[in-house]
Amino acid sequence: MEFFERFAIPHPSPAIYASMVAIAVVSIGIVVGLTYFKKWGYLWREWLTTVDHKKIGIMYLISALLMLFRGGADAIMMRAQLATPDAKLLDAQHYNEIFTTHGVVMIMFMAMPFIFAFMNLIVPLQIGARDVAFPRLNALSFWLFFVGAMLFNISFVIGGSPDAGWTSYFPLAGNDFSESVGTNYYMLALQISGIGSLMTGINMCTTILKMRAPGMTLMKMPMFTWSAFIANIIIVFAFPVLTIALLMGTTDRLFGTHFFATTNGGMDMLWANFFWIWGHPEVYILILPAFGIYSEIISTFSRRNLYGYKSMVASMVLISLLSFLVWTHHFFTMGQGALTNSIFSITTMAIAVPTGVKIFNWLFTMWKGKIRFTVPMLYSVAFIPLFTIGGVTGVMLAMSAADYQYHNTMFLVAHFHNTIIPGVVFAMLAGLTYYWPKFFGFMLNEKIGKSTFWLLTVGFVLAFFPMYITGLDGQARRMYTYSEATGFGPLNMVSFVGAALMAIGFVTIVYNVYYSYKNSPRNIGSDPWDARSLEWATHTPVPEYNFARIPQISSSETFWDSKKNGHQLFKGELKEIHMPNNSGVPFIMGVIFFIAGFSFVFALWVPAVIALIGILVCLALRSFEQDHGRHISVEEIKETEAKIGGAK
Amino acid sequence: MIKKWTFLTSVMALLLILTGCEPLLVLDPKGPQAERQASDIMLSIGIMAVIVIVVMVMLGYILIKYRASKQSEDYEPPHLEGNKWVEAICVGIPVLIVAYLSFVSVQSNYIVESAPEGYEEQEPLVIYASSSNWKWHFSYPEQGVETVNYLYIPTDRPIEFKLYSYGPITSFWIPQLGGQKYAMSDMVTTLHLAADSPGEFMGRNANFSGKGFAENTFNVTAMSQDDFDEWVDEVHETAEPLTESEFQQLLEPGHLGQMTFTGTHLEFSPAPEHNHGTNTDSDTNAESEDHSSHHEHHSTDESEHTDHSGH
Repeated sequence: MEFFERFAIPHPSPAIYASMVAIAVVSIGIVVGLTYFKKWGYLWREWLTTVDHKKIGIMYLISALLMLFRGGADAIMMRAQLATPDAKLLDAQHYNEIFTTHGVVMIMFMAMPFIFAFMNLIVPLQIGARDVAFPRLNALSFWLFFVGAMLFNISFVIGGSPDAGWTSYFPLAGNDFSESVGTNYYMLALQISGIGSLMTGINMCTTILKMRAPGMTLMKMPMFTWSAFIANIIIVFAFPVLTIALLMGTTDRLFGTHFFATTNGGMDMLWANFFWIWGHPEVYILILPAFGIYSEIISTFSRRNLYGYKSMVASMVLISLLSFLVWTHHFFTMGQGALTNSIFSITTMAIAVPTGVKIFNWLFTMWKGKIRFTVPMLYSVAFIPLFTIGGVTGVMLAMSAADYQYHNTMFLVAHFHNTIIPGVVFAMLAGLTYYWPKFFGFMLNEKIGKSTFWLLTVGFVLAFFPMYITGLDGQARRMYTYSEATGFGPLNMVSFVGAALMAIGFVTIVYNVYYSYKNSPRNIGSDPWDARSLEWATHTPVPEYNFARIPQISSSETFWDSKKNGHQLFKGELKEIHMPNNSGVPFIMGVIFFIAGFSFVFALWVPAVIALIGILVCLALRSFEQDHGRHISVEEIKETEAKIGGAK
Repeated sequence: MIKKWTFLTSVMALLLILTGCEPLLVLDPKGPQAERQASDIMLSIGIMAVIVIVVMVMLGYILIKYRASKQSEDYEPPHLEGNKWVEAICVGIPVLIVAYLSFVSVQSNYIVESAPEGYEEQEPLVIYASSSNWKWHFSYPEQGVETVNYLYIPTDRPIEFKLYSYGPITSFWIPQLGGQKYAMSDMVTTLHLAADSPGEFMGRNANFSGKGFAENTFNVTAMSQDDFDEWVDEVHETAEPLTESEFQQLLEPGHLGQMTFTGTHLEFSPAPEHNHGTNTDSDTNAESEDHSSHHEHHSTDESEHTDHSGH
């Protein structure tokens, strides 16, 4: 019995028991459904073993949407608890677990897979490639992310969720103050998905550097590809820091080392430094691809080329460099003195300059354009003023002396949601609506899409703008309750109403998918938005080889040139196409990583060692494996092309 | 679009009405440090509001003027590359704004990190503020007084808080007197504050530190030097001395009400030094001796301050 006690929840509540039942029911439902409809083979052949960047992208997309609802459920519980003074909906421990998982899930398991989804779906198409550079590694990246997310998500029903905040500062996150296995889950789940992210970074950089179609010089790449390129360079430099910090944190918790302890030469603030040396570049990993998506959308729906292409690229390069020079602004109040704070205050404010250039370039892209207010464009238009507000409050926070008053308050919470929601989330939803027809063959309903947009925008303003005010009134973040005397009540109620509107908005996205699947016409052609860049030059749905012939590139808007200026995109005869084989190994490795992670969380050394050996065996087998891929014959290509709309 | 902006404006107006009754704590400073910070905040809000308005006006103008529904069917937008002058302005103006704010920021950094303005000449009152889960312990070595969860300070005298923690990182924050600073268990940080006028202020730990974090608050009362001295005398007459075993009990996780003791825990449990907890025992003893001599120094000076307090 004693062995099983460790898996029990330290702070059970009816909601958690209900979730356990729900998880069990859904899992049984999936297994029964797959068996009944005889879909196990389909699932294995088409999805679990796939190395196709488009299918991997779709799996990232589905995971991101699922995690959006998980993190959103956390958010609405927090807002409900804070809506009234002295509320008893959640106790302190549950509230602490919920804001911790909200942060981790939203950043690591919602925003990251969302941008990876778009990188996978769009980058190879935009550069005229047939897949990424290392397709099997790409599948492994996905499965590592996925099992990391699953490992993190089972924490609240097995052993207890982490409760030290998404920043997990030591010594609070150490064994002395966080006794449950929650923080072990945090360390291991982030470690596993982080390794996946690092591999994606290497993969995408290689793809963009080596696999561009003939004629596409670096300065002729579409803006989303540029943004993905820079984001992945940041990943390659930033994620190793996280990997090492998590490793040190794990050994502190499991093996009694003292890296971040406050005794025996350990140093608690070392964790904070490591965390933010990764953490600050991480926000640019999220926002740059979002900028890329906005660039594509604004240009398409203004019917204009992107204004200031070169300065757009230059500003992203500058942002990527500065992103590594600002981490200390997350703890100006640590007491490192006026000189250090001054330096980091200036580097932080400097980021406003390249970001401002981008804002003005988007405005000038709309200048003299012909603006159509489609759903993706509405998100982009709302993004500009809302993100500007988020940006300027960032400059305010960068003034370190004043930051002594903003730090750890709702003002800060308002600021980073003000950049992440209109910046990243709106971009993802705009991208989702914009690229949906490319991958699913039908458009999402505009009318429902517009109501979603309004619900989210109005909800966002109501939910987060009041926090600027309560922050300046002394409401610290992460407080599970406050007394009536503080006067925070009314504004927190407004926040709750806003959060509720946003929740309704997110539900309408699901309804939109269902409604459009039932009702949208399927004869939309391959270019429903009259777009400009290369991803729209191939068929809808995209054949597995993307392009029957590799396109010839003339500019960053090659597809537009081919439509308007008579540029010939596809030349020459059809040739045999070399494609990678599917493989079950990435999925199997994912499962083994999951077992290893789970065993480490509970310090079950025997399965942990067996799983680690299993990982090494998989790696060794791969290095001895001879797999030269397969070839699609010209006849087969002709057949496919004829079936999906004639050879182009 | 117009609908949207009227809506946003009305939301903002509503927020102002909701909060209009009382000034926000941070913007209602009662000491020189908080004043400097509040004026920095107001300055940056002003400049930033101008930027936001400029962007919004440009956006509104462009959206209204260039929307497709207003243009003829056959209008084809031109192909425009970047323009050197336009881009120079887009870089130049933000650079000027950032340069100005950097200047202000650097200046303020040095101000908030040194003795409060107008109080440079006075010897500061040193108070050790240490946190334990989830309480604040205030030690007045000069007066030989220790309190839990409440803080009495004299007005018109600089106060030097020495911050550290018996546990997770916490952040010592009295919004109306000045911004916060971390308290950590392996080093001591210093926060300079001063109160200009008597009053009661909210103080709290602002950095998440676990289950009891929300209630990890303390009351601050600022009073004249005479009232403060009177309080110190009263404590010496009525309060029990703080013993080591009693202090160990106080450190147990939980919440306590307000408590008062004579003597301070610094005598048997000194503040950590900057060398991250690698002290040997003999070092620790030497430190505590250092502290006591330091305190004597302060108490001899005290009479002088009382004389000066009339200024």
